[in-house]
Amino acid sequence: MSLLVDAFSLLAILAGLVFFAAGTAGLLRFPDASSRLHALTKADHLGLGLIVLGLLPRAEAVGGAPRLIAVWLLVLVSSAAAGPLLARLARRR
Amino acid sequence: MPELLLTAAVIVLVSVIAGLPRILRGPAVVDRIMAAQLLGTGGIAALLLAGVATATPSFVDAALVLALLAAFATIAMARAAPRGDDAP
Repeated sequence: MSLLVDAFSLLAILAGLVFFAAGTAGLLRFPDASSRLHALTKADHLGLGLIVLGLLPRAEAVGGAPRLIAVWLLVLVSSAAAGPLLARLARRR
Repeated sequence: MPELLLTAAVIVLVSVIAGLPRILRGPAVVDRIMAAQLLGTGGIAALLLAGVATATPSFVDAALVLALLAAFATIAMARAAPRGDDAP
């Protein structure tokens, strides 16, 4: 059973890494600011979310799963707040 | 297993640092802010991975503080950006 849990968390963390790499590649390669913002928010939300999801089964070592989820929710709320600000800034050409 | 988590943390940091040239090259202010936000989130992910790998709860606290600071930094930069930046 624990092998299955380890496999699941590795898979989720790998998926999170893929999203981070894709977001960074998008940030570098995309032509204009709003498409970069699109790529960036994907990397932020999904990359971190999948990594936290992968870490949940092993979360007792760091004081329980609610702490990890709290970090992720804070990042979600903050980048959700910052996203429209950046979009308005990017749109003002 | 912990070594895999540490290598994942290093991979996240390397991929985020690869995104930093956008700060130098970014025509508009908003690109620089985005790269900074990505660096913050990558730092949070690396902190969480390292924390769980070495089983030290204080890493999660550091990640929480970094999440807060990254949020305020991004919002402050977005508010303080020059109004009519002349980016293409």
